[in-house]
Amino acid sequence: MTDERSIGTARVKRGLAEMLRGGVIMDVVDPEQARIAEDAGATAVMALERVPSDIRRDGGVARMSDPAMIEGIKAVVTIPVMAKCRIGHFAEAQVLESLGVDFIDESEVLTPADEAHHVDKWGFTPPFVCGATNLGEALRRISEGAALIRSKGEAGTGNIVEAVRHLRSILGDIKKITVAEDEELYAWAKNLQAPIDLVREVAERGELPVPMFCAGGIATPSDASLVMQLGAQAVFVGSGIFKSSDPALMARAIVEATTHYADPEVVAKVSRGLGDAMRGLELAAIETTFADRGW
Amino acid sequence: MKAGVLALQGAFREHREVLHALGFDAIEVRTAKQLLSLDALLLPGGESTTMTHLLRTSGMHAHLTDALRDGLPTLGTCAGLILMAKEVLDGREDQIPLGVADVTVRRNAYGRQRDSFEANLSVKGLLGGTFPGVFIRAPVIERVGPMVEVLAEHDGLPVLARQGSLWFSTFHPEISGDLRIHEAFLKEAEV
Repeated sequence: MTDERSIGTARVKRGLAEMLRGGVIMDVVDPEQARIAEDAGATAVMALERVPSDIRRDGGVARMSDPAMIEGIKAVVTIPVMAKCRIGHFAEAQVLESLGVDFIDESEVLTPADEAHHVDKWGFTPPFVCGATNLGEALRRISEGAALIRSKGEAGTGNIVEAVRHLRSILGDIKKITVAEDEELYAWAKNLQAPIDLVREVAERGELPVPMFCAGGIATPSDASLVMQLGAQAVFVGSGIFKSSDPALMARAIVEATTHYADPEVVAKVSRGLGDAMRGLELAAIETTFADRGW
Repeated sequence: MKAGVLALQGAFREHREVLHALGFDAIEVRTAKQLLSLDALLLPGGESTTMTHLLRTSGMHAHLTDALRDGLPTLGTCAGLILMAKEVLDGREDQIPLGVADVTVRRNAYGRQRDSFEANLSVKGLLGGTFPGVFIRAPVIERVGPMVEVLAEHDGLPVLARQGSLWFSTFHPEISGDLRIHEAFLKEAEV
């Protein structure tokens, strides 16, 4: 092994995000669930101790998962394994890096560790995914080195309404920026609280410089089809699979619906006889809004 | 020329963009029907386990195998190569490849994402200097059959090769910003 190579480059980090397009990333809490996810065609699993709906129910401080638990999941699947660190908790991120996790999610589902700063993600070898509710937040995360953005939605609710709101907000502002005059971009940058260079890049490309996936509230195949049609490039499903009455069936159905999102006949076919989707929550009924975490 | 990109999962968009930059339109292929009447096909990078699963559930597996056997010019990159291979090591037990390219590949052979890398490659027949290879959780080609011509190597292992009208790479020309490999593939596909 002598030929030269560079690891941890932006190209390589964004590249993995690009390879995950059109797929489903599933939250799993143990090796058995990880196997079910891979069997169903998941492109990656997110290893965590409790799915968001349980974190919501239990309350208390939610932290990075036990490394032994993450390693247990890594050992049973061949697809990429992601894991979450708290917002701004760079020491947890360092631990996840040392474990060889393929993607780090700096996640609002866990209790934030820093109320002003996110992790400086450029210095890490693995890529990071971060949540965003609007374009400014997405661009701030990209400026800190995120290789992938997911619209936040409201995790653990099984309610798609927030995911739709966030997707429409981000994609709507991108559309407006692409038709803005050059001199208007400074005001956009100021209002979005985002670097002008990234605002210019979005104006030129008509999309974020990194892929954008959707998370937070996807509970059925039609939910996946909806957000894909709105412009998400892949989906994260947290509680929606393993809080349903038949997780293996639901997982397979959401995978099919994500690929064939534009074909209602396929979505109808896979939606038949799935049993109960996760129960779900009205937004008015929740005490903690995860999506408000992050700055 | 009618080109298609297998669009079950993965970086199919990037292949379409490269083709577009070269002046070709490409359709997204998600059903067996869309495979008909194609003059060239691209199998993108992504998760090979996911794509294999979706090939099965969409009823495309046999049709795609037949199309490639019948000589449909095809370029498979990374996961696309894994789909084409005769033999896959470190895969899932139910991961049945199309078995058309006479190579043995080992999945994730360099390690995990932290071992993903960029490296400049010398490619046989390509003018204009080295090619920027982007290797993401890449497989390794451990064996090549007698009909396979190796076009580029890294660390003494084949990373780009062809067997007649089938081209395959362990890296991702579709995200490298360099159009030359697609261009060379399409030039031959057109003849």
